[in-house]
Amino acid sequence: MNKQKTPLMHISKRAALPWYISWGIRAAAIILALIVCAIITTALTGLNPLAVYGTMLEGAFGTPRKLWILGQNIAILLCISLALTPAFRMRFWNIGGEGQVLAGALATAACMILLGEKIPNWLLIIIMVGASIATGAIWGVIPAIFKAKWNTNETLFTLMMNYVATQLVAFFVIVWEVPKGSGKIGIIHQNSMAGWLPQIGSYKYLLNILIVAVICVLMYFYLNYTKHGYEISVVGESERTARYVGIKTERVIIRTMLLSGALCGVAGLLLVGGTDHTVTTTIAGGRGFTGVMVAWLAKFNPIFMIFASFLLVFLDRGAQEITTIFGLNQSFGDILTGVILFFIIGSEFFISYKLNFRKREKEVQENV
Amino acid sequence: MFDVVSFIPRAVMQSIPLLFGSIGETLTEKSGNLNLGIPGVMYVGGICGVIGAFFYEQSCGGAANMNGFLALAIPLLCCLLGSLVMGLIYCFLTVTLRANQNVTGLAMTTFGVGFGNFFGGSLIKISGLDVPSIALSATSGFFSRHLAIADRLGWFGKIFLSYGFLAYLAILIAFVSAYILRRTRVGLQLRAVGENPATADAAGINITRYKYLATCLGCMIAGLGGLYYVMDYACGIWSNDAFGDRGWLAIALVIFTIWRPNVSVWASILFGGLYILYLYIPTGSAGLAMKELYKMLPYLVTIIVLIISSMRNKRENQPPAGLGLAYFREDR
Amino acid sequence: MDNMTAAVKMRNITKRFGPVIANDKVWLDIYKGEILALLGENGSGKTTLMNMLSGIYYPDEGEILIRDTPVSIRSPKDAFALGIGMIHQHFKLVDVLTATENIVLGLKEEGRLNLDAAAEKIKAICDAYGFELDPKQKIYNMTVSQKQTVEIVKVLYRGADILILDEPTAVLTPQETDKLFTVLRNMRDDGKAIVIITHKMHEVEALSDRVAVLRHGHFVGDMLTKETNAQEMTNMMVGHPVVLNIERPEPVDPKPRIEVKNLTVRSIDGVLKLEDVSFTACSGEILGIAGISGSGQKELLEAIAGLQVVESGSISYIEDDGTREELLGKDPLAIAGMGVALSFVPEDRLGMGLVGSMDLADNMMLRSFRRGKGLFTDRKSPRALAEKIVSDLSVSTPSVSTPVRRLSGGNVQKVLVGREISSAPSVLLTAYAVRGLDINSSYTIYELINQQKAAGVAVIYVGEDLDVLLELCDKILVLCGGKVSGVIPGRGATKRKVGMMMTRLGGGEEDE
Repeated sequence: MNKQKTPLMHISKRAALPWYISWGIRAAAIILALIVCAIITTALTGLNPLAVYGTMLEGAFGTPRKLWILGQNIAILLCISLALTPAFRMRFWNIGGEGQVLAGALATAACMILLGEKIPNWLLIIIMVGASIATGAIWGVIPAIFKAKWNTNETLFTLMMNYVATQLVAFFVIVWEVPKGSGKIGIIHQNSMAGWLPQIGSYKYLLNILIVAVICVLMYFYLNYTKHGYEISVVGESERTARYVGIKTERVIIRTMLLSGALCGVAGLLLVGGTDHTVTTTIAGGRGFTGVMVAWLAKFNPIFMIFASFLLVFLDRGAQEITTIFGLNQSFGDILTGVILFFIIGSEFFISYKLNFRKREKEVQENV
Repeated sequence: MFDVVSFIPRAVMQSIPLLFGSIGETLTEKSGNLNLGIPGVMYVGGICGVIGAFFYEQSCGGAANMNGFLALAIPLLCCLLGSLVMGLIYCFLTVTLRANQNVTGLAMTTFGVGFGNFFGGSLIKISGLDVPSIALSATSGFFSRHLAIADRLGWFGKIFLSYGFLAYLAILIAFVSAYILRRTRVGLQLRAVGENPATADAAGINITRYKYLATCLGCMIAGLGGLYYVMDYACGIWSNDAFGDRGWLAIALVIFTIWRPNVSVWASILFGGLYILYLYIPTGSAGLAMKELYKMLPYLVTIIVLIISSMRNKRENQPPAGLGLAYFREDR
Repeated sequence: MDNMTAAVKMRNITKRFGPVIANDKVWLDIYKGEILALLGENGSGKTTLMNMLSGIYYPDEGEILIRDTPVSIRSPKDAFALGIGMIHQHFKLVDVLTATENIVLGLKEEGRLNLDAAAEKIKAICDAYGFELDPKQKIYNMTVSQKQTVEIVKVLYRGADILILDEPTAVLTPQETDKLFTVLRNMRDDGKAIVIITHKMHEVEALSDRVAVLRHGHFVGDMLTKETNAQEMTNMMVGHPVVLNIERPEPVDPKPRIEVKNLTVRSIDGVLKLEDVSFTACSGEILGIAGISGSGQKELLEAIAGLQVVESGSISYIEDDGTREELLGKDPLAIAGMGVALSFVPEDRLGMGLVGSMDLADNMMLRSFRRGKGLFTDRKSPRALAEKIVSDLSVSTPSVSTPVRRLSGGNVQKVLVGREISSAPSVLLTAYAVRGLDINSSYTIYELINQQKAAGVAVIYVGEDLDVLLELCDKILVLCGGKVSGVIPGRGATKRKVGMMMTRLGGGEEDE
């Protein structure tokens, strides 16, 4: 220990990097990750690495239909990520997006099944919108109330609410199953299309994409330029400061989670009313969790989230193409997503910290 | 009539994966790491055991040729190795690179569950072997073997002696870790690392080493939960997503037990019981649908416990103060 | 000092934090059997230098010799092995563990963990030097001075013979300080090398044998304490002559402004924090509040600011024309809504008064973001205010878009005080306004406070440095365990008297 040995390297905090270098580091991490993904894919399928990406691009952009599916998936993931963002800005770890989407989806389906073909379609759609937003909001606000009042751990609470929602959906799926004993609801109002969200022209997914685009822009302004947005940032940084300047933190927490849950409810509405026209326990497909990572990768900036969701959806769609061709399991996409995330998460280190390698000053001195 | 003698063994079998998971997570959290990747780790632990067992069974060509020791040791080693790698990934990202623990954990879960399901669904295709499905009943036979005497002891044997060795191992690990945490130097230092890393560091404790050790060991213990599930509980048959959300329940159990592995033994049996209670409750004609509602029970109970423990704000019952925070010595 | 052996020799030590050079080619010797006072303004690199001895930081350049052997101290563990122990300003203790558990933490002793044996050994150390300590007590139940005792015993338990104390008296009462000094002198006589980091001149004079001064990371010089004086040391620290007197103009036309009556406050766990506190603060006067830390100062200020739940009592705001308004039960927003311009500089600057990760302009918005109608915030006027404060108070910052966390302590405080007085308050509450600030910044703050007093503001100044309280305040209210021990005029009050009142209601007898 008393030997004259200096550590090989040593870590120190960096001053803020210019934005182009920090985004350059992230881009480098993504490229590195894509290379690793290609190697993994090659190892499993024997495809040559370039062909891997050819196939993935084909899977994501190959046909107009695939393009639309890509756009639709980005829209839904982006919608959920946007919904979670205000909560995260407030340092409220809402990992209950899954449950809030399910709650919204269930409410939409309930309206369609119970009221469909009985009342005018325009009225039905209005009720669906209201119901899905309200249910999502309720699902989000329950943990928020307890967090605000007793500081109950929201990470686990929202997580558990996911499973409560899943079981609730499972319950109603059996209640409403068509035909009896099939264990699923099937397409609701296949013929009358009652409660289906309207199509714009012949583009089935365009409405969803437009709605999410509008939400994205609104969210950007809400977070950055409004009084509410400012309050959220202050509460997130320090609750004591918020109290000190007279911000009612309980109210901000509850209000923000109402918004967060409501937007998740909208995602559920778009899924059931806009695309799937049915409800299953897996309709959110883990996007409540993926959304957390999208929001975090984009540093909670709504505009960057578009790119982050694009990246993850592209990977997923590309991986699906590969698995279909090679008869492999669909979960391949999750592995690739995981790898990419590991690299991006790791790259943050090089943005905030610097590695200093020590020069061998002793030897240099002796030589001189 | 509620059949206690058949209910308890099933609850216990249901509880063992939760127990492994919650001990692993407790050790991890005691070092200040909140590992939300435990569900993924348990999948990886399970599937790695399956892969090891699968190739061993294939190479032997039949249960008769299998060596009992190897049949246990190979899946065990594979499982521990797989979980260890997951633990190392988590530690490298959160301890060495000081990444956000929540995001890293979620990414690990995405990766781990995907990894499990992918190999579960594609193992046969990739290995190019000609078998219909992954059914490792021979290996499972070794894992679920219990003392012959149990069958002759009636209800006593059924309730206490009818389990495979991994179940007893889980309980043993629970009590050993509780002892280590409370009574030994290593445990004291681990607690200090999780409570206040800056203090522990100033006291000359190697924070990085403790965090790596506790987290990797925790992951390996949790991985055993996945192995137990597939080899003992599911009789060696891997089906995708069958393991379900037990990993998340294991994390919830950690809070439920206020970071005490010995309490976890009883708590996980309780949770295991709640998990299968729907099978024992007469539900009448609307049965199928009602069962789905009964499956909510463990989650609702967790929520209620969460709320109650947050209302009774006792100093000793709080999570480690450094939980979820990356430590950097030169932070000023 | 030539006849003494050097315990530590630091040679050419340089340490950088990013672009900032904290220590620049510092040479320093520490001898056995002496108490060395390490002096310097804030940011002069005292703590950084000592942290390199204790293994927290690693020097970028230079050499350290312990007992004439070159060493490399890469971690606190290495430091312990060399017999170096440091007592940090912020205690490094684990709250939920007992004193014994904290003391044995990190030790590699033979055999199983035996807390009873350790407790015995702790008792022996306590007896040898005159400490009082219950080994089984949990840290979170301890007072600040008890915690400090644990820290010192911890270092001694490890057999340290080089002790470094970073501003050890900042949180102690005068009586506790005297006790500490006695213990330190015992240790010195025992042959240990002791370094204390401080910027309190009278303590340097009372305790140390030798003084070493750092300025802007450079070693300026050292001398024997008995051969120098406070003025010379201060000049060396600051680099130019400084006037050490604080102005105290006579109050102009004081009128009652804030009247507190029978205020009682309990903490969440039911502990009595303030009991039956009554006093009046007048416009154009500075009311100083003295007391051991944790005697209810925080609760008192927060109660007036509308941040503290109060059990009983009343707090009235009295306007110039004599009309009264009750502040109790109102939150900060409601108080501002009543037209009471109340400004509050809290103790925790970055955790309460400011948001560390936000820039200067956004921090100005904390007070003003609600202004104007509509959903959107006004971003122009806060920026203008930030720029004004930067130029008026000469805050050194790259720009108003720099996160305040990046600023030094003095500049952070200037930003906070600047914002709080920009709203032309009628009441100004300050808690430990100069804690951790260097002499120049401190005097800037005193001057700002005096300006407010001249403008007719009722200032309530919670302080810890009795010398400053005695020089600055018109009246001094002394708190003792949540009760008012007495209110005395600032002019003519003695430190001894106030010190007595801090520990005993009413101050007791003059002779102890």
